[in-house]
Amino acid sequence: MTARRNAWDVVGQPTPLIDGIEKVTGKAQYTADLPAPGALVGSILRSPFSHARILRIDTSAARALPGVRAVITGEDCAFTYGVLPIAMNEYPLARAIVRYRGEPLAAVAAVDEASAAAALRLIRLEVEELPAYYTAHAARAPDAIPLHADKPGNIERAVHHRFGDVEAGFAEADLVSERVYRCAEVAHAQMELNAAFAEYDPARDHLTLRSTTQVPYYVHLMLARCLAMDMSRIRVVKPFVGGGFGARVETLNFEIIAALLARAAGGAVRLQLSREETFLTHRGRPETEVRLKLGMTRAGRLTACACEVVQRGGAYAGYGVITILYAGALLHGLYDIPAIAYDGFRVYANLPPCGAMRGHGSVDVRFAFESLLDAMAAEAGLDPFAVRRANLLAAPSETQNGLRIESYGLGECLDWVERASSWGERRGRLGPGRGLGMACSHYVSGAAKPIHWTGEPHAVVHLRLDFDGSITLLTGAADIGQGSSTVMAQAAAEVLGIRLDRVRVVAADSLLTPKDNGSYSSRVTFMVGNATIDAARALRARLVAAAAERLGAPEEAIACEHETFHVAGEDGREMAFAEVARAALARDGGAITAKGSFTCPVAFQGGKHKGGAVGATMGFSYAAQVVEAAVDIDTGMVTVEKVWVAQDCGFAINPLAVEGQIQGAVWMGMGQAIGEETRYEHGLAVHASFLDYRVPTILDSPPIAVHIVESIDPNGPFGAKEASEGALAGFLPALTNAIADAIGLRPDELPVTPDRLLEALAKRRRERRLARALEGVA
Amino acid sequence: MQPDRHAPPPSLSRSRIRAFRLNGRAHAALVADHVLLLDYLRDGLGLTGTKRGCDGGECGACTVLIDGRPRLACLTRAGECAGHQVETIEGLADGGRMSPLQRAFHERLGTQCGYCTPGMIMAAEGLLRRNPDPDEAAIRAALAGNICRCTGYVKIIEAVQSAAGSAR
Repeated sequence: MTARRNAWDVVGQPTPLIDGIEKVTGKAQYTADLPAPGALVGSILRSPFSHARILRIDTSAARALPGVRAVITGEDCAFTYGVLPIAMNEYPLARAIVRYRGEPLAAVAAVDEASAAAALRLIRLEVEELPAYYTAHAARAPDAIPLHADKPGNIERAVHHRFGDVEAGFAEADLVSERVYRCAEVAHAQMELNAAFAEYDPARDHLTLRSTTQVPYYVHLMLARCLAMDMSRIRVVKPFVGGGFGARVETLNFEIIAALLARAAGGAVRLQLSREETFLTHRGRPETEVRLKLGMTRAGRLTACACEVVQRGGAYAGYGVITILYAGALLHGLYDIPAIAYDGFRVYANLPPCGAMRGHGSVDVRFAFESLLDAMAAEAGLDPFAVRRANLLAAPSETQNGLRIESYGLGECLDWVERASSWGERRGRLGPGRGLGMACSHYVSGAAKPIHWTGEPHAVVHLRLDFDGSITLLTGAADIGQGSSTVMAQAAAEVLGIRLDRVRVVAADSLLTPKDNGSYSSRVTFMVGNATIDAARALRARLVAAAAERLGAPEEAIACEHETFHVAGEDGREMAFAEVARAALARDGGAITAKGSFTCPVAFQGGKHKGGAVGATMGFSYAAQVVEAAVDIDTGMVTVEKVWVAQDCGFAINPLAVEGQIQGAVWMGMGQAIGEETRYEHGLAVHASFLDYRVPTILDSPPIAVHIVESIDPNGPFGAKEASEGALAGFLPALTNAIADAIGLRPDELPVTPDRLLEALAKRRRERRLARALEGVA
Repeated sequence: MQPDRHAPPPSLSRSRIRAFRLNGRAHAALVADHVLLLDYLRDGLGLTGTKRGCDGGECGACTVLIDGRPRLACLTRAGECAGHQVETIEGLADGGRMSPLQRAFHERLGTQCGYCTPGMIMAAEGLLRRNPDPDEAAIRAALAGNICRCTGYVKIIEAVQSAAGSAR
């Protein structure tokens, strides 16, 4: 971590999480840990068919089984759900057609797990199987039947964006390269299994759902829709959540199923999914093919970019439209590129639905871009750092697709990783099978245009002060381990000039906390942080007014720091915080609630073109990294030896958590680069365990040295931007560039597993032999 | 795909009185033969600090100590613990004071979402009891069966090193 000047008392200090003690002592209660005496056990029957018309689901035997309290099927819910108002095409339990193996068909609530399992075995399915498509190519074939009647050709969304004169850009280039890159589908594999606990009160027609979610508000909306209940009769609570990474940024079928079961049974139902079911619920990063063409001058200046992306999105829409738009939009905003053409195709297939995953939409395209840029730098005889530096943006500026760049610390990031890795001295000199590679990446600090445009602010925070002198911060923001509650407490304590432990956070309970859109697109620190500052200022104003009255000084003269209000520039006249709090309560008519809010101005909400809101944000984070890798050409094993990463997060409100987030992001990129991939055999998930889905263990994981760059964003809270996604994408190409440095071979397919690498090496040997043979002929 | 793990053939499932020490206290109860220690702790005793993260033996989140050695509660039948010492994350804090490992995981952010944390700390506790001064390779070897999805393990290693150092 960098030593730096810090003008603040609480923010900017490395701070252990305010809910960390619960986590290390085992007291933290996650959804599956909640006491549920007498609750029924829920269980889901999943489709063994990839694509079929449902003729009949016979549940009579299951219903007759002792101990069974409710059995539901698609007949019990005629409402679709989905995160995007324009693309709600999924039922909690399939109706009429089932579109992937593992899709819920029926569910039961029973007195114990054995009865629930027995009931599921008694359900009889009658279906007519339909042709199924497991690749984007097969789904796009002319004779393929559409999974959804309104999407012929199984194209969920085609995007065609042109910015600048692409033809002219390629014409003026000295070097033009084109290559195709392929990335396997990956999954979040968050450690906590999906679970929901639904309590239905038939006497009052009230529903309470506790769930493993990043977006309690969206869950609330979809419960109301699918159960046709007034929203005021529903309460959604987010207990401790064991990671998300985007898996939980939309309402998921099991949450609605738990609620439907609870209502059908007239009581409480706990639904806990297995690891296999958690994989099947999915919403991961789609299998992606990127065809990329770049134009560059001899000096390394980019002249044009043309990019085609095909994403295999799975059977339902989810966030798909957003993902395919992000893939194109975030070609912009990292470098200064005069002309960019983008064609994106989001394709339906008979597989579990993809969704948003850390670095949403940007990661596979960034892998392609930084790989090709590296190859072209080598061809032009330029240093990879020099090529990046030749294309830096300026701040403030606006990209051609309407993204505003307000702060830009990429240059500093490059400087640090170059120096820290001793790039100049070590690259190309590490001996056989060892190499250094580098790459850059960026990400948004929250989507500036919300999914549901209700006219409300983007974030609202309440602060409550009562007789005990403690501050309760009420926020809908979902802390899922990233430390958002800690950041909010720090921000409030800083503005109020009080100790951190005077602030307690109540988060994500619709009964108590103001609505928040949720923890996704790295929006929380930026938006909820700004709302917290606003709320704290409002509360401070009332405290200052009370202190000014008691101290007999004008309000402008009152300062508050270290729990003391004093008259600026004078000695002596001061009041302790608790004393001021009592005075304020007396003056303001009792317990005080102060509200703060934050709204992204329209000017930041993106270009006017169709889809132009996606990618728009108030602040981009920037990251550069160097990866050192060793390659064993006999076994195909790639070992990541060390990573140096620098990220411009604007300002690190909690440098300890920022470091942890950056390390976690880089490491998750490593998982995707070296081993993680989902695999399906005729639509059957054969990866759905931790033995088959290879998350890196501690033995595979390198030291990750982090440097925080603080560009102090003009709009961020204390200058802060996002810190948890921006560094992920850069790892993938930094690794493949390191492999290229080590063995002269550039992998264009991820993950770089031993079999893929050995195959690429064999191909290279064949090509070399062929070349030598042809030379002999000549 | 169906959660059948709790539905053994009824003929195999008998219940007997089992006595063992749990977090330092004598414990005796009627335990069915097929019940896994993980389910017994969580559902039977409400000790939910021990987590389930997989479908059996893949992730390490349910690591507890049996006679001081790390064991997976999801692969151990509760009845097998008869006559042995079982320790869970709930037993680690002495009189409410966090253990050196708990303090280090908290202060050095060895925990983010916290879900793998109890298992990770119990596995590390088992290591430090055998080897109070482990080098980095020993720490990595001892935690190789525990998956964390948040930290990249960097701060977990730092936390274990720090706890070992503070105990010296």
